[in-house]
Amino acid sequence: MRRWFYLLPIVVFGLMAAGFYVGLGIDSNVLPSALINEEAPTFDLPPLPGSDKGFSSADLQGHVSLVNTFASWCGPCRMEHPVLNALAARKQVPIYGINYKDTGEAANGWIKSLGDPYTRIGMDSGRVGIDWGVYGVPETFIVDKTGHIRYKHVGPLSEADIDDKIMPLVAKLQK
Amino acid sequence: MIDEIGHFALVLALCIAVIQATVPLYGAAKGDGALIALARPAALAQFVFVATAFFALMHAYATSDFSMLNVAANSSSMKPLLYKITGVWSNHEGSMVLWVFMLSLFGAAVAVFSNNLPPALRARVLAVQAMIGVGFLLFILFTSNPFLRLFPVPVDGNGLNPILEDRGLAFHPPCLYAGYVGFSISFCFAIAALIEGRVDPAWARWVRPWTLAAWCALTVGIAMGSWWSYYTLGWGGWWYWDPVENASFMPWIIGTALLHSAIVVEKRDTLKAWTILLAILTFSLSLIGTFLVRSGVLTSVHAFASDPRRGVFILLLLGVATGGALLLFAIRAPSLQGGGLFAPISREGGLLLNNLLLTTAAATVLLGTLYPLFLDVVSKQKVSVGPPFFNMTFVPIMIPLLIAMAVGPMMSWKRGDLWAALQRLKLGFAIAAGAAVLTMIVMGFKSVGAACGLALAAWILTAVIVEWAGRIRLFSEPLGSSFRRAVRLPRAAWGMSFAHAGMAIVVAGITGSSAWTVEKIENVKPGGSVELAGYTIALDAVKDVRGPDYIATRADMRLLKGDELIAQMHPEKRFFPLENGNQTDVAIRTNLLADVYAVIGDADGKGSYTLRLYYNPLVPLIWLGAATMAFGGLVSLSDRRHRVGAPRRARIVAAAAAQPAE
Amino acid sequence: MTPLSLRGAHGATKQSRAAVKSIATSLLRCARKEVVKLAACLAILLGLCGPAHAVRPDEMLADPVLEARARDIGKELRCLVCRNQSIDDSEADLAHDLRVLVRDRLKAGDTNRQAIDYIRARYGDFVLLKPPFEVATWLLWGGPALVLLIGGLGIARYLRRRSGLTDPPPLSPDEKRRLADMLDTGAER
Repeated sequence: MRRWFYLLPIVVFGLMAAGFYVGLGIDSNVLPSALINEEAPTFDLPPLPGSDKGFSSADLQGHVSLVNTFASWCGPCRMEHPVLNALAARKQVPIYGINYKDTGEAANGWIKSLGDPYTRIGMDSGRVGIDWGVYGVPETFIVDKTGHIRYKHVGPLSEADIDDKIMPLVAKLQK
Repeated sequence: MIDEIGHFALVLALCIAVIQATVPLYGAAKGDGALIALARPAALAQFVFVATAFFALMHAYATSDFSMLNVAANSSSMKPLLYKITGVWSNHEGSMVLWVFMLSLFGAAVAVFSNNLPPALRARVLAVQAMIGVGFLLFILFTSNPFLRLFPVPVDGNGLNPILEDRGLAFHPPCLYAGYVGFSISFCFAIAALIEGRVDPAWARWVRPWTLAAWCALTVGIAMGSWWSYYTLGWGGWWYWDPVENASFMPWIIGTALLHSAIVVEKRDTLKAWTILLAILTFSLSLIGTFLVRSGVLTSVHAFASDPRRGVFILLLLGVATGGALLLFAIRAPSLQGGGLFAPISREGGLLLNNLLLTTAAATVLLGTLYPLFLDVVSKQKVSVGPPFFNMTFVPIMIPLLIAMAVGPMMSWKRGDLWAALQRLKLGFAIAAGAAVLTMIVMGFKSVGAACGLALAAWILTAVIVEWAGRIRLFSEPLGSSFRRAVRLPRAAWGMSFAHAGMAIVVAGITGSSAWTVEKIENVKPGGSVELAGYTIALDAVKDVRGPDYIATRADMRLLKGDELIAQMHPEKRFFPLENGNQTDVAIRTNLLADVYAVIGDADGKGSYTLRLYYNPLVPLIWLGAATMAFGGLVSLSDRRHRVGAPRRARIVAAAAAQPAE
Repeated sequence: MTPLSLRGAHGATKQSRAAVKSIATSLLRCARKEVVKLAACLAILLGLCGPAHAVRPDEMLADPVLEARARDIGKELRCLVCRNQSIDDSEADLAHDLRVLVRDRLKAGDTNRQAIDYIRARYGDFVLLKPPFEVATWLLWGGPALVLLIGGLGIARYLRRRSGLTDPPPLSPDEKRRLADMLDTGAER
């Protein structure tokens, strides 16, 4: 057999090993959104009990928004909440909340004790979440002035995420 | 104290491995007998130290020593003793110790059972084995040390994942690792042959028993894992093409190819470079599997919690071992010139076809498993590859192999007569066709796929019997003479018959599982019953019971055929408070040809419970077939010819002197 | 009493596990807290994602043809919470929601393909267990055939080269005469 045939196994292996090395740097758990640059889904969510302001897709038109899914039963949501409160205090971008698979009383109690960074909150039994491609909580979306989804962040937000990823894009979209 | 001994033993094992990896290799290159002779005691000493560490760890688990981090993270005092012990390998660190335990065990076995090997070859094999040991011991000591202490000592541990608390699963890892790691010996033989620059039929004869032993263990290990998922996961499935399952399956496929290819080297002194490559690839696939499971590159329910540092280390090990081996192959293999020529239609040709199809099958599984990762690396796209892909690609490759499997043993070496072989298989054709027709009549004309499956199984089984009958000249000679021939048949021949028959049985089982499973999911109140495939399952009562570390909902059911009570069945749904997890305890009633499978689900709040009932015909054959294959492998392993070694120079000279030249 | 609070949460942790893990973190000098959290999440999911074929009786459609179609579709969709199970096998809430959604789409008159595409549009290709036939996956679907072809060609080449060696060069007339002599002499003896 020709000499180069014997080199084939090591060449193939080398490529594979290189692939593995690069692959080690990739987080295989985070899924990119299929809805980036698509129009946000149409929805109309009822408000939390005791409030009259629900959350619908009409609310997203005309300005850049952040849409955050949360639930009272979700630990990491609790971790990211102070970050959302701080961001809301800066009044640079409205934050809308989708209360995902929760009960009204639990959600109200949670908001009361931890603070309310949300301009509006809508209650979702899960169906609207599917339209947004939500597969867990918390997840945060950036929606632009025309109602198109531009970015999705999976998992709890940190200060670094806000400063490095969220706010620069928001500033760009607000121009 | 014992923990410190265990820790120290690992370090000592590493030191010995370093010596074992270098000195005998140097000695073999220089022809220094004393240095060569160091290999055997070194391998034995390494095993003693690793075993000490392994049993020290086991002792810590058995005594619930929570001052050890590993024990605290993976065990609890409430566990029954069996699960405390098997908890040793339920986690990454402990299972790595099991890994090197198997490695050193095989090394010691080579040291003890290799009187027939020339010393220089043995020295090289053990040296390469030690190199692998060095790599993994370094890995354990630096990134995955199970002997780390924990302070303050917690009152109790975190417990074991409830799914793992199972008798069958307890022994699945040791068996699997014996297979996985056992292939390292074939790898070492291949490297030693490349270093020596010589592959002869004797080499093939020597490498065969080790390959067989590892293959048998891996067959049993995979079958156990599959059987466990069948009776634990509660939906009657037994193979999901999960990356970790694939990681154990690929070495098995290439190992099977290796077993067949080595026959050609042994009998005909050809296909040497290819066989060496297969030996390298088998263990390399084991290493790739270890990497995939423990590095976090692939998401899998089986995967251990991952640390990128570990991933890089294993990748380095993989690179050095496999990369080094393949480099050596590229340099040395071209000089391995083959002997025996053969026509394409011959037994060698048949074995080549076997290798081609098996290698393609393994490549397919590898492609499907790694494709999501590589696509993500190259183009940041995320796709997923699941069972539909594998079923659509793997099965069409296996079908020609299964058909050829019947014809191959009938062909002669060097130049075979295909037509004559097919003539001998006329009975096989007839029975296979009959099976297909019968299936379609009994089960309906839509079940063509299932009919083909059973026809295939019948084809192979008939061929095995016809081949065996031919060997013992059944019906062409008096029965007594046939019987004598059968008794004197080499065990390898019996092994082949059993292994191929086992494969046929597995095919039948798979066919039944894919085609004829009956499922009933219903809400039933206690006192109600369900009809399933001619049986009646009566739900008598549902109670709450308590186990050593769980609380469970338990159903009392009776399996009836008409009015006759066949069995009592007690499926449970268990909740483990410490680990905050659930486990389903399925009730299975088998008559070895079919299973009735019952799962109790949640209560619906109105007094009914969700019952999931399955009738699985032919499914037990999957595991019976695998057991038969492994049995065939063991029979083959016990063949006396494996213990015959290369004739020693002194004896030949003496023999020549004793007989004056004619 | 299933702990719903942990299912489907990104990076959830549990108290005692967190305690051991945080000590483990410092001892093992694993400074990557994210990895530990993720590991804990995966570890917990292990306990939740395991058992049971999860289709519930109240989800099942009355029409057996539609239900069978729903099952076939379910086998092709991946549960994104319990990644290694189809939505039919996973007990996660998301899987339940998707199963109900698939059945609603079928009742609304979608074909199998349309129902799958509906979910694919929202979750991307990763939700498909059967990879699509696209340029990106040609190598995947064509790979086995390619390997078979290359292997087959390699073998064919190998056999042809070897068989070239079996034919010895033809005998020269002188050699033929010597052979005939030898054979005659042999026959006489």
